[in-house]
Amino acid sequence: MKAALKTLTNGIIKENPTLRLVLGTCPTLAVTTSAIFGIGMGISTTVVLIGANMVISLLRKVIPDKVRIPAYITIIAGFVTIVQLLLKAYVPVLDKALGIFIPLIVVNCIIFARAEMFANKNTVFLSIMDGVGMGLGFTLSLLIIGSLREILGNGTWFGMNVTAGLIDPAVIMILPPGGFIAFGLVIALFNKFTKTKVEHTNCQACGMCGKAQEISKSKEAVTQ
Amino acid sequence: MREMIVIMLSAILVENFVLTKFLGICSFLGVSQNLSSAVGMSGAVVFVLTIASGATWATNEFILKLFGLEYLQTLIFILVIAVLVQLVEIILKKKIPALYKSLGIYLPLITTNCAVLGVSILNIQRDYSFVQSLVYGFGAGVGYTLALVIFSGVRWRLETCDIPETFKGLPITLIAAGLVSLVFFGFQGLFTR
Repeated sequence: MKAALKTLTNGIIKENPTLRLVLGTCPTLAVTTSAIFGIGMGISTTVVLIGANMVISLLRKVIPDKVRIPAYITIIAGFVTIVQLLLKAYVPVLDKALGIFIPLIVVNCIIFARAEMFANKNTVFLSIMDGVGMGLGFTLSLLIIGSLREILGNGTWFGMNVTAGLIDPAVIMILPPGGFIAFGLVIALFNKFTKTKVEHTNCQACGMCGKAQEISKSKEAVTQ
Repeated sequence: MREMIVIMLSAILVENFVLTKFLGICSFLGVSQNLSSAVGMSGAVVFVLTIASGATWATNEFILKLFGLEYLQTLIFILVIAVLVQLVEIILKKKIPALYKSLGIYLPLITTNCAVLGVSILNIQRDYSFVQSLVYGFGAGVGYTLALVIFSGVRWRLETCDIPETFKGLPITLIAAGLVSLVFFGFQGLFTR
């Protein structure tokens, strides 16, 4: 039970997928124009993460090592399709707002990374816990970034006016450039308060994009 | 012809995949550390985006639409892209070893690059024809190249700067990316007269 709790809390601060491991940057930047969209994306991803972690963990002894990546892709894509259809049917507003970033959950590095690093080595229960924890961590970071952008860029929070018209909203924050800037600021603050530095890991964990960095580094060594 | 040029230019400048659509950020941050890997990766992305646009368009038109399976779009597209990338890798290795040498190492990274799946889905959403899809895919790739090359220059400068401790590494990189994105924002509304 203790191990389960530890796995659950692990994803929220110590290995926060967005702010610590820097995975899944694309949806983080794209959908956080308001707090509510951030939460919507976070929950959708969490559902896929829990489902994929569970199934991959169940099948970890069945899937041969050589074809594990295509197998994972298929499992993840299946869950994404389920979420996509459910959103279309029950929350069409969210489906419209998140647009292509719903199908793009398939290529979200967080899910791959958790499958590779956790679900194919651990029991079903722990994998589900890991999915819940990582999903919460992701949702929380999206909520923080979304709130920051919505308050600064629109003067509202969850649609409520919070600045009382005292300051003019800086529209740039809800436009694309603001996404990069807000994400940079939030990571800097996270660094400041948790005292440890974010290593530039982006996607290294999933072993696919991670190679990009290795290549980049080895090339650097050659040119120097 | 005019229409093609508009699609192409808006894919490169107005809706730049990396800086305004947020697709392919992972690799954008990962390989922009130096110019040579930025160029290599970009070459591979232009190549794969163009052929993936064609392949997924054809899959959608001749298989999914024909059998009424459009709801399986995400699943089928990602598999088509994965197979395609593998196939391209094998063909290049056998037939054009010179090109394989310069692009080969970057190819396996592209399967999970969201730009590829993104461009395929956008082509279908916008009801582009086959040729339009190819042009859009190619333009998106060129836009990616432009962003990556510009940004690798910015990062090179950043390395020699004196940056506050908390902002070192990723935070300053992201803020610099925000400023480059601001530059591209100037192209907004270029074709909406």
